[in-house]
Amino acid sequence: MALFSNLGERLNHIFSKMTKHGKLTSLEIKEAMREIRVALLEADVNYVVAKDFINKVSELALGEDILKSLTPTQQVIKIVRDQLTELMGGENQKLNVSPKPPTIIMMCGLQGSGKTTLCGKLALKLKKEGKKPILVACDIYRPAAIDQLKVLGKSIQIEVFERGTNNPVKTCKEAIDYANKFALDTLIIDTAGRLQIDEKLMDELKDIKKAINPTEILLVIDAMIGQEAVSVSKAFNDALDVSGVVLTKIDGDTRGGAALSIRSVIGKPIKFVGVGEKLTDLEPFYPDRMASRILGMGDVLTLIDKAQEAVDEKTAKEMERKFRENSFDLNDYIEQVNSLKKMGGLKSVLSMMPGIGGKMKQLENMIDEKALEKNKAIIQSMTAKERQNPDIINGSRRQRIAKGAGVQVSDVNNLLKQFNQSKELMKMMKNPKAYGGKMAMIKKLMGG
Amino acid sequence: MGIFKKFFEKLKYTFKRTELNDDFYDELEALLVSSDMGVETALDIMDELRDVCKQKLIKDIDHAQIQLKQLLIEKLNAQEIKFNYPLIITVVGVNGVGKTTTIAKMTKYFTKNKKSVLLAAGDTFRAAATEQLSNWADKLKVKIIKQGEGADSASVVFDAITSMKAKNVDVLIVDTAGRLHTKTNLMKELEKINNVARREYSNANFLNLIVLDASIGQNSIAQVKAFKDSVNIDGIVLTKLDGTAKGGVVYPIINDLKVPIIFTGFGEGVDDLAPFDANSFVEKILM
Repeated sequence: MALFSNLGERLNHIFSKMTKHGKLTSLEIKEAMREIRVALLEADVNYVVAKDFINKVSELALGEDILKSLTPTQQVIKIVRDQLTELMGGENQKLNVSPKPPTIIMMCGLQGSGKTTLCGKLALKLKKEGKKPILVACDIYRPAAIDQLKVLGKSIQIEVFERGTNNPVKTCKEAIDYANKFALDTLIIDTAGRLQIDEKLMDELKDIKKAINPTEILLVIDAMIGQEAVSVSKAFNDALDVSGVVLTKIDGDTRGGAALSIRSVIGKPIKFVGVGEKLTDLEPFYPDRMASRILGMGDVLTLIDKAQEAVDEKTAKEMERKFRENSFDLNDYIEQVNSLKKMGGLKSVLSMMPGIGGKMKQLENMIDEKALEKNKAIIQSMTAKERQNPDIINGSRRQRIAKGAGVQVSDVNNLLKQFNQSKELMKMMKNPKAYGGKMAMIKKLMGG
Repeated sequence: MGIFKKFFEKLKYTFKRTELNDDFYDELEALLVSSDMGVETALDIMDELRDVCKQKLIKDIDHAQIQLKQLLIEKLNAQEIKFNYPLIITVVGVNGVGKTTTIAKMTKYFTKNKKSVLLAAGDTFRAAATEQLSNWADKLKVKIIKQGEGADSASVVFDAITSMKAKNVDVLIVDTAGRLHTKTNLMKELEKINNVARREYSNANFLNLIVLDASIGQNSIAQVKAFKDSVNIDGIVLTKLDGTAKGGVVYPIINDLKVPIIFTGFGEGVDDLAPFDANSFVEKILM
């Protein structure tokens, strides 16, 4: 198992021994599903949830035609990912807003799940959207929890309402009166972390809910949570009928199988993900990205979709022709740089590649997006003829180009060397069809 | 023992299973994977159990359960825990695992054992972290060395060691900023703390303890690995065992990364910490 680092490779290995085309057979599916099950469990998907999911997907995959453009491996991964995506809830869901202000957002969750930080992040986001939020400190148990919220509030210039260690129900009610008095339209209530089996503290949450009837009750869960995801989310949902989930600490290297477990068990939408320590690090939840992440395949599939969007069909066909005839020139190189930019730049493309996400920090120093821009300037300083046929670029042409682009001659040399190398590389990729048309497209995009 | 029987009783009375057939092993797999030990470890343990049962001609659940428990305990490789003084404990871990609370509990543990304790507020990063630790220091009546938010944590440690040496303190416990293990600059800070401590007090004994949250899944392995890459990790404090989480992820950590469990935490009170006990840990997994 250690031989194959990711699910895609493991599946490839299975399918390499089998028929390449036609329909997926039950034997193939059974073998593939065994690997997928392991991948899900390694990603911390709950045991029972993984079992149900595999049964469901096996049925769906049986007898499915293998699309011409995909290998059996890609086909299975596509079915699995589509199912995962659907299960985790297609469209991104926005926050509920109360028709009559104030909107009340209440947090709940285990200790250490990141509720207090999330309160700050959400407040900042709402403030930027033109709302007038106020933070309400109701964690009366953890020492300095109120201080933490106050420090956060101060850093984003949002008021924090607190009544020390008074009864949280009373504090919430007073906070609502305060918000009404000063025309603050959104209350964000931080509550103490608690174990789902702590009846006394769970009752406290029920009391708060009963007293203030929140517009939104968000269950905050650490994305790194293990098999417990099921019992935790179930207990909080049973007690409070939560309206949504926020997964925090997704910026680490966790595979985040909890997303699937939680969604399968309580059926509530995941509304946001916390992606870093800064208060601006809050993003909407994208089920498709999460699906690829759970499968340990980076966002390869998202990348395929993005590549499709960025390169329109006609350009792609033209590129493919040139690629085949090896008549790829420097004009095409510019095209590539532009496509990369449309996809969010090289960094963002790389961050979506499997196995790279966690290593981005080291990579960031190595990737020089400016170099791409520099290359673009160099090419733009060339004549049409030079771009089509770089071989004619001699010493004096190099000097002229360098001057025009405001760079050194060595920069021009480097670019030409790189270009020739990528041309060589393309020649070596003898059989792009083996990867399916889409993969070939990506390779071309990454070629520079 | 009564609790330990639960899984096997369910098998025997609900599923009417007494033989060690495939169904038994399916149930066992569910139990083991549900403890977060990971599917590979679970399969290994099942294989070993199969072998042992075959070797000893065990064919019934009653005898298999004794073997399983023994196997699970052996794999924890628990050693008797002894501390040497003067002792400098640096507590590391990702955000939210319960580092600060664990420090409070360890403080109580050592003061109860008649040792003098000093705290160093090395988490200068998180809002109000120093306040939180100061609150505990007041409650537990121990001294704390601190500087302002954003201060250099290695310099806090330097001050703390000066004070420790001057007052002949037995145990210094250093809090550090919680960090996702993927943040390299904060990892560097940790190395610096370690270097300063060793340089300033070379006669002391050093323990770097990583706090792990029992409810976290396979990512705990990556956490230990990442911390091990920058500083030596001598042991684990496994927290939040008072919930339903079983913390089985320590199995691959103990076996592959060779990091033992030192303490377990099971509540928010200062007394809710104990040296690791393999027997009760395994009993919980088998619940």
